Amino acid sequence: MRLVRALLLAALVGLAVVLQTVVFRHLSVEGVVPNLALLVVVATALARGPEFAAVMGLVAGLVVDLAPPADHVAGRWALALVVVGYLAGRVRQDAGGSAVGTLVVVGACSFVGTSIYAFSGMVLGDPSMPVGEMLGVIGLGVVWDVLVTPIVMPPLLMLLRRIRPPQVAFR
Amino acid sequence: MRDPHKRPSRPLFVLLVLACLTMITLDSRGGSTSPLDPLRSAVGNVLGPAETGTAAAIRPFEQIGGFFRSNHDLRGDVARLEAKNTKLKNDLATTPVDRNRLAEYDALMRTAQDTGYAMVPARVIAMGPMQSFSRTATIDAGTSSGVHADLTVVSNSGLVGRVIRATRTTATVLLIVDSSSVVGGRLGSNNEIGFVRGRGVLGEKGRLDLDLVDDSLVPARKDVVVTWGSDKGSPYVAGIPIGTVTRVFSSPRELSRRAVLEPFVDFSSLDVVGVVVPGDTKGDRSLVRADGGTR
Repeated sequence: MRLVRALLLAALVGLAVVLQTVVFRHLSVEGVVPNLALLVVVATALARGPEFAAVMGLVAGLVVDLAPPADHVAGRWALALVVVGYLAGRVRQDAGGSAVGTLVVVGACSFVGTSIYAFSGMVLGDPSMPVGEMLGVIGLGVVWDVLVTPIVMPPLLMLLRRIRPPQVAFR
Repeated sequence: MRDPHKRPSRPLFVLLVLACLTMITLDSRGGSTSPLDPLRSAVGNVLGPAETGTAAAIRPFEQIGGFFRSNHDLRGDVARLEAKNTKLKNDLATTPVDRNRLAEYDALMRTAQDTGYAMVPARVIAMGPMQSFSRTATIDAGTSSGVHADLTVVSNSGLVGRVIRATRTTATVLLIVDSSSVVGGRLGSNNEIGFVRGRGVLGEKGRLDLDLVDDSLVPARKDVVVTWGSDKGSPYVAGIPIGTVTRVFSSPRELSRRAVLEPFVDFSSLDVVGVVVPGDTKGDRSLVRADGGTR
């Protein structure tokens, strides 16, 4: 059962990465697409709490870092998504219940995640773009992520709560 | 049972962050051969076919995506687009997308004739998100078709980029608009050489910078820049058109003059591309030959 759950989660991450690189490139605005891997990690945080979400963040980030079109130093998205998973898990008690709360968490996580990724690039000296344009990309990313949240988040949360190992329910 | 109000485990978090930092260190210190390369190609071999399959599945719908693509001048275009939208939707239903594809293959074939190289035809299936601040794309031809790293990628309108990594069925292309991309360029009118650098943005702002080696030279507007080529055509073959000069700057701080290029290729709607390969390449798909034939 544990293995089935792990495989399901891995497939979910793989699906998110494939969707955001293959399908959403046709809908991208200035090349910016919704960060579905980040949404999966935030959903995991809201459904399962910070520890599990941080591990999920590591896995999802690694897949984003290593999946074909990526050409940056591996581990940068992993780092960003570990932090996102942990932070989202920490605030889920306050924000997990309401729809508005979820939107705020997603927006904040998108901003924090992409910013950490951008910052790690500056530290490593990876070639990138001027800070002003970077902020524009981060802002567009937040808008995209918040826009797709009402569509993507409810089924994700339902799925993640269903494949949670049996335990005493709590919120 | 876990108490929800218990503080979450700090050590685990620190451990995960350290794992990420280790990975970053390993990958960035490795130089040209990173210790993570086997892992990369493993992930690529699993997700590459998945990407190819997904791209094939959504192919009938991808023209529709263009209808919803918003850009700066969208508002002004709404009326025109609405009329076109209806027409295109009808077209989509009646004429298969394959007809456009055929035209693109034909044009690609002409490119092979014009430039005199053999090419492996391929399609762009995935594109890295802008949030990663790098401009890369995945194409559906890999080592099984004779594609490997450091090969030039062109489309029917000009230079697209170069292959940086290939798995069995897919390859990753670094687009010339990526900010880490540098291409040797030659001004078409007077053969002066310079370096073309990407700015890392796509679409309307997808411009390139050209730094000329000779400071005394002022490139003319509308001047065409082509690749100057490298040894044995790797990574860039010579004579592929890159773009036209749109503006010229000269700043007192810099020694050389900087010109802004408008690339010929529209990077936001890349589809069929060609990977320039040696004429005797063996692979599982037919080459587009210099004489215009296929094999």
